[in-house]
Amino acid sequence: MKKSYVLLSILSYVAILASLYMALIYAPTEKSMGAVQRIFYFHVPSAWVSFIAFGVVAVASFLFLRSGAAKWDLLARSAAEVGMLFLTLVLLTGPLWAKPVWGVYWTWDARLTTSFILWLIYMAYLMLRSYVVDRERGARFAAVFGIIGFLDVPIVYMSIRWWRTLHPSAVIAGSDGSGLESSMLQTLLVCVVAFTLLFITLLIYLYQSTMLSDEIEQLKTTDS
Amino acid sequence: MIDVRTLSKKFGAKKALDNVSFTIEQGQYVALLGVNGAGKTTLIRLLATLARPSAGYIEIAGFEQKKEQQQIRRCVGVMTHDSFLYADLTAEENLHFYGRMYDVDNLQDRATDLLKSVGLITRRHDKTRTFSRGMLQRLSLARAVLHQPPVLLLDEPFAGLDVNAADMLKQLLDSLIARECTLLLSLHDIDYALQNSTRTFILKQGKLIIDSATKELHHDQVRKALAVP
Amino acid sequence: MKSLGHILAIIQKDLLTELRNKEIIMSMLVFSLIVVAVFNFTFDPGSEQMQKTAPAILWVAILFAGNLGLSRSLSREYENGRMQGLLLCPMDRSLIFVAKVIGNIFYMGIMQMVTVPVMIVLFGVTIGSFAGLLVLILFLGTLGFAAVGTLFSTISANTKSREIMLPILMFPVVVPIILAATKSTAGLMNGDPAGHIWAWMKILIAFDIIFTVACYLLYEHVLEE
Repeated sequence: MKKSYVLLSILSYVAILASLYMALIYAPTEKSMGAVQRIFYFHVPSAWVSFIAFGVVAVASFLFLRSGAAKWDLLARSAAEVGMLFLTLVLLTGPLWAKPVWGVYWTWDARLTTSFILWLIYMAYLMLRSYVVDRERGARFAAVFGIIGFLDVPIVYMSIRWWRTLHPSAVIAGSDGSGLESSMLQTLLVCVVAFTLLFITLLIYLYQSTMLSDEIEQLKTTDS
Repeated sequence: MIDVRTLSKKFGAKKALDNVSFTIEQGQYVALLGVNGAGKTTLIRLLATLARPSAGYIEIAGFEQKKEQQQIRRCVGVMTHDSFLYADLTAEENLHFYGRMYDVDNLQDRATDLLKSVGLITRRHDKTRTFSRGMLQRLSLARAVLHQPPVLLLDEPFAGLDVNAADMLKQLLDSLIARECTLLLSLHDIDYALQNSTRTFILKQGKLIIDSATKELHHDQVRKALAVP
Repeated sequence: MKSLGHILAIIQKDLLTELRNKEIIMSMLVFSLIVVAVFNFTFDPGSEQMQKTAPAILWVAILFAGNLGLSRSLSREYENGRMQGLLLCPMDRSLIFVAKVIGNIFYMGIMQMVTVPVMIVLFGVTIGSFAGLLVLILFLGTLGFAAVGTLFSTISANTKSREIMLPILMFPVVVPIILAATKSTAGLMNGDPAGHIWAWMKILIAFDIIFTVACYLLYEHVLEE
């Protein structure tokens, strides 16, 4: 068991190195945007990973409500923390790219607004736990909120898209890789794989360490 | 009347109740002793369907906890140190509200009888906000027995009561025992438990360490069992 | 039939309590008027911009005031362990959700009966002959908001600082409902082509259904201790 974790850590370390090489050296510089476009190789995988993480939160929450087993709650909590890390990266790298390209750090388009609201939702999710005294109740509340929050993601996205399409204002084309050059596409794929590996590694380690700290907490509170 | 087998309640590494089994016959008066955090409240909540067990089996009045929760709720009356009463409603309105929730027949008469028996008939049109702690606990007992449950679960009903109020509550409980009610009562007062109950449970760190007829127990023995090593 | 009796008993009990202390309705009403007044200061009197933003301000006022009322309405149920009393009653526990949502819609409806006309007068908005439609939009927006709010205020009533926790949990999640409600109201007040109002109202109805069903199904999980 331990061995496979070490193997996974090494694997994701190598993959991240490879993704750094591909994103910073291998991929050609984009013509119109210049070097700043390389942020894209970290921005998109981060977004991808954070969505997977919140998907894990929702599924684990659902399983927790069905079974009441603490391990599902632990998984949901760990996934939410890792997901927040990557979503924060998304929200930081986005504006860095947007300023030179769009001329503004931020625009309230569907994708940006949704990411921001998503960040608020999962921030509330993490806060909720620390505000409930009883551990089990806190876990149940968080599970309910985790499910509603995830359900809310596509709804927020759609509502803001309709809001923009019904009111045609300055809609800026997304940063999608429509017609990406093949070497750029390769780079993106490697980055996505590397970030996913990193996500799994972080999730496993966070899960383990949270479990241990829970046990310590438990030992501290019971009378010897 | 109450059948509990290998009942556990745990969350993660924390065990609130650990493999508890017992059977309580109709008309028994069981005192539940234990230090804070020993699992008394957890046990009562599980029996009252307020919480879900992690493992084990509960049957009350022939109804199985997993499948027939609503029937069980109809058979148990619960009273805790919280009164469950609405401060802006009068004593009578409180009983009428709970009576409607339990579909009690002849509610008006039943409420009046109960208010008489707990000595609150003259205060029935007063908001319970104005009541003393002792009065609230008496009204709370009336609320708990409104639907004439064969089983009564009481969680520290004497907490915060002065001597007079405790005496009145004790008399009311005695009248219930005379009517063949089954009582499970958690409390701190060892003397009270030994004088009044027919059977004594002692919980320690979620385990049922003593289950004995009360008359066979000595005060020192109980004290020793309760003491933290 | 029995279920209906239980729902009615809970609603009657809540309304009787509210009738005696008037905490919820009064605080919501005053607060919503304050929000309307404060926003009013940010515009030049009589400017067209002011009328354009009126729908948004209206829904912000409803959101903020509703937050106050929802918080109180559920935390009241947790004083003296009353919720345990309700959970002990031999009935389907989701009836508590239904009763609470209806009660909360009622409180917010009373607030809107005062706030909306005041708002229309103060902001010089014309709604023409669409008063009935406006009531419908207000109801639809309030329904979704009350459903989400009832679930989350039950959660926040059990947290350490409930007044802070409720808006943090609720506001990001109700964004779609408030957005659709604001857009429907704006279509009505600004005299947009009727097609837009209907498009947004359909979206609002869809959101109402999704959120109400989801909250209804999840509610039992937040009640158990």
